[in-house]
Amino acid sequence: MTAHKRTDGRTATELRPMIAKVGVIPNADGSAIFSFGDTVAIAAVYGPRQLHPQHMQDPSTGILRCTYDLLSFSVYDRKKPGPSRRSQEISKVTEWALAPAIDLVGFPNQVVDVQIYIIQADAGTRTAGINAASMALAHAGLPMKDLICSVACGKLDKDIVVDLNKDEEDFEGGEGPTDFPIAKFATSDDFTLMQLDGMIQPERVKEVLEVAKEACKEIYEVQKKALKEVIE
Amino acid sequence: MSSMESTNLTITTLKRMFGEGKRFDGRGLLDYRDIVVTYDVSNKAEGSARVKIGKTEVIVGVKLAPGTPYPDSLDKGNLMVSGDLLPLASPRFESGPPGFAAVELPRLVDRAIRESHMIDLSKLVIKKGEKVWTVMIDIYPLNDDGNLIDAASIGAMAALKKTVIPELDENGIVDYEKKAKKELPVSEETAPISISFFKLGDAIILDPTREEEEACDTRITFGISEWKKQYMINSCQKSKPVSLTEKEILKMMEILPEKFEQLNKKLKKFL
Amino acid sequence: MKNKINEVHETEEIEGTSEEVKKRKIVVPGEVIVSGEDYLPSDGTKRVGKDIISNRFGLAEEAGRVIRVLPITGAFIPRRGNTVLGRVIDITFHGWLVDIDTAASGFLPIEESPRFISKNEMDQFLAIGDVIAAKIMGVKAKGIDLTLKSRGLGKLEDGFTFRVSPNRVPRVIGKEGSMINMIKEKTGCNISVGQNGWIWIKGESTDNEIKARNAIEFVTEKVHGSGLTEKVEAMLEK
Repeated sequence: MTAHKRTDGRTATELRPMIAKVGVIPNADGSAIFSFGDTVAIAAVYGPRQLHPQHMQDPSTGILRCTYDLLSFSVYDRKKPGPSRRSQEISKVTEWALAPAIDLVGFPNQVVDVQIYIIQADAGTRTAGINAASMALAHAGLPMKDLICSVACGKLDKDIVVDLNKDEEDFEGGEGPTDFPIAKFATSDDFTLMQLDGMIQPERVKEVLEVAKEACKEIYEVQKKALKEVIE
Repeated sequence: MSSMESTNLTITTLKRMFGEGKRFDGRGLLDYRDIVVTYDVSNKAEGSARVKIGKTEVIVGVKLAPGTPYPDSLDKGNLMVSGDLLPLASPRFESGPPGFAAVELPRLVDRAIRESHMIDLSKLVIKKGEKVWTVMIDIYPLNDDGNLIDAASIGAMAALKKTVIPELDENGIVDYEKKAKKELPVSEETAPISISFFKLGDAIILDPTREEEEACDTRITFGISEWKKQYMINSCQKSKPVSLTEKEILKMMEILPEKFEQLNKKLKKFL
Repeated sequence: MKNKINEVHETEEIEGTSEEVKKRKIVVPGEVIVSGEDYLPSDGTKRVGKDIISNRFGLAEEAGRVIRVLPITGAFIPRRGNTVLGRVIDITFHGWLVDIDTAASGFLPIEESPRFISKNEMDQFLAIGDVIAAKIMGVKAKGIDLTLKSRGLGKLEDGFTFRVSPNRVPRVIGKEGSMINMIKEKTGCNISVGQNGWIWIKGESTDNEIKARNAIEFVTEKVHGSGLTEKVEAMLEK
């Protein structure tokens, strides 16, 4: 792997500075903020609570319901209020990314609602959102197998990098930019989110997963620290 | 956080307490909680602010984009205030189409700002009759512990004071990434905020917590600002189906200018 | 002032615990608490090979060989025998539907009233909006059964209710009721504490009621380290 010089001076495997704080919304059962550089996500968890409408209830288990969206002023071109197709899709993959870590069998007919909003967007929003939501779920005291860590890996021409920023997403040349967000269990190699846009040879995916694992170790430390610092 | 509403017992007790001039947190009936205003909530916004009143927290962002002027004001820029009561901020807020509270809040903030003429919209023309700047204010509560409207109005006002006008390139397209230098033309005089009075029984209070606000029978919100060195009420809306007596309204007219002055003193260090 | 929880080594007053508590630390879900065949996994933990792993975010406690994780945040988990405060939200043929601030509703069957109530006088005994202190008889998927057949239970009149974090309730009660009894004594208030975090106070004067609430909220805020009882006492003397 060549030492690709990135637009912000980072090395290929260097993450942007991360900030994490838990317990930021007093009304919520669990809440957290997580940022990668300029991308800031806030998450709130409410639940377990009653699920309406009744036909959505599952008598064998509680369900997880996620909402992700960008705030209007989080992006340069103001986003009109209301969920877009993109945010609906991200809401769903986020739910699938978090659900394997939570055990809701003990809450039949109930729901755990996760709300994720991006206050400032600079690429990697869904990954910042998942990291915030993971902490918020733990903060809410839910039975969980592990925390979930998420990072947007990528490839710029031939170089595998971690935590793409907005400029890098628009990279041109060679094999172009590839955006490869993942999420995994913090303490095991079980991946719960995997998406890809761009161009990558199948043989190179192994490298991406290696880089992702290393990055997630760092993210886990940040999440743990934020949780342990909460004084509630 | 509980979604269980305040019980009748609590409402009756609050009524009694307010009658004695007392509140659980030791404030006087007309005292505001501590207010903190910070900025730079989003570097993608042309202006933004975060307001905390006690545990209530609201963030407000301002975006500018070129648009067409309204037919009846071809020589003025546009103002649009939106917002949402995100389910994030309270177990009582639901996803889906906005309930009335979500519709009302941005509208009240809008009128307070618009009617005060805080923003000189005539200075926001790019090409007369064809292209003007549209100022879009978006309000998002992050934690609801009562009195969201007042918090939102302070946030909107503070954000506007820090708002810049983005640069246009040769083709008249906005270049948001370029560092903007021009400030939004806002009045030098004291800017509008809203002050909401709440009533429970015969008591009138200001800045309720969520528990207090839920117990109250009625609310009346005034937008107030300074214009040519006088305090002017720019907007007003009474809500809920319980009446206010003439005496009560006149009492509010006495309290309002004092309160406006007090609040502005408190906010001075943030503006 | 604010001691970080993971530096506190004092014996926290947990209801029902008489064992000497050794080490404590905050853990996140999935974290290994201790490693070794001798340890026994209890509440909030599980054994995976040699390790005892936490199932939740909380305070891991080692008491003898038993490892458990105590919740410090999160919703109230209803258990049989818990005393809870609730509000009547509906009256059916068989009893009263009670909101006890849990995901599943509470239900007070007519047979569980303290004295015989006929079907006609149900709303005279308990009307919609009334507040009660009840005990949980059983927890089922569809609902939680309540009873009023015990001392100290029944309809609460006058006074007011408010909520604290359910995880803090043991601290509000104190070892064998020491904290709550001191607050009751010093303020002259009647106080009923529900495990679901809801508390009822009724006092002789508004000032005493405010004092009692402030004392309870003080106890539940953050972590105080040692000397909590003395601090509260000082607050109440003022």
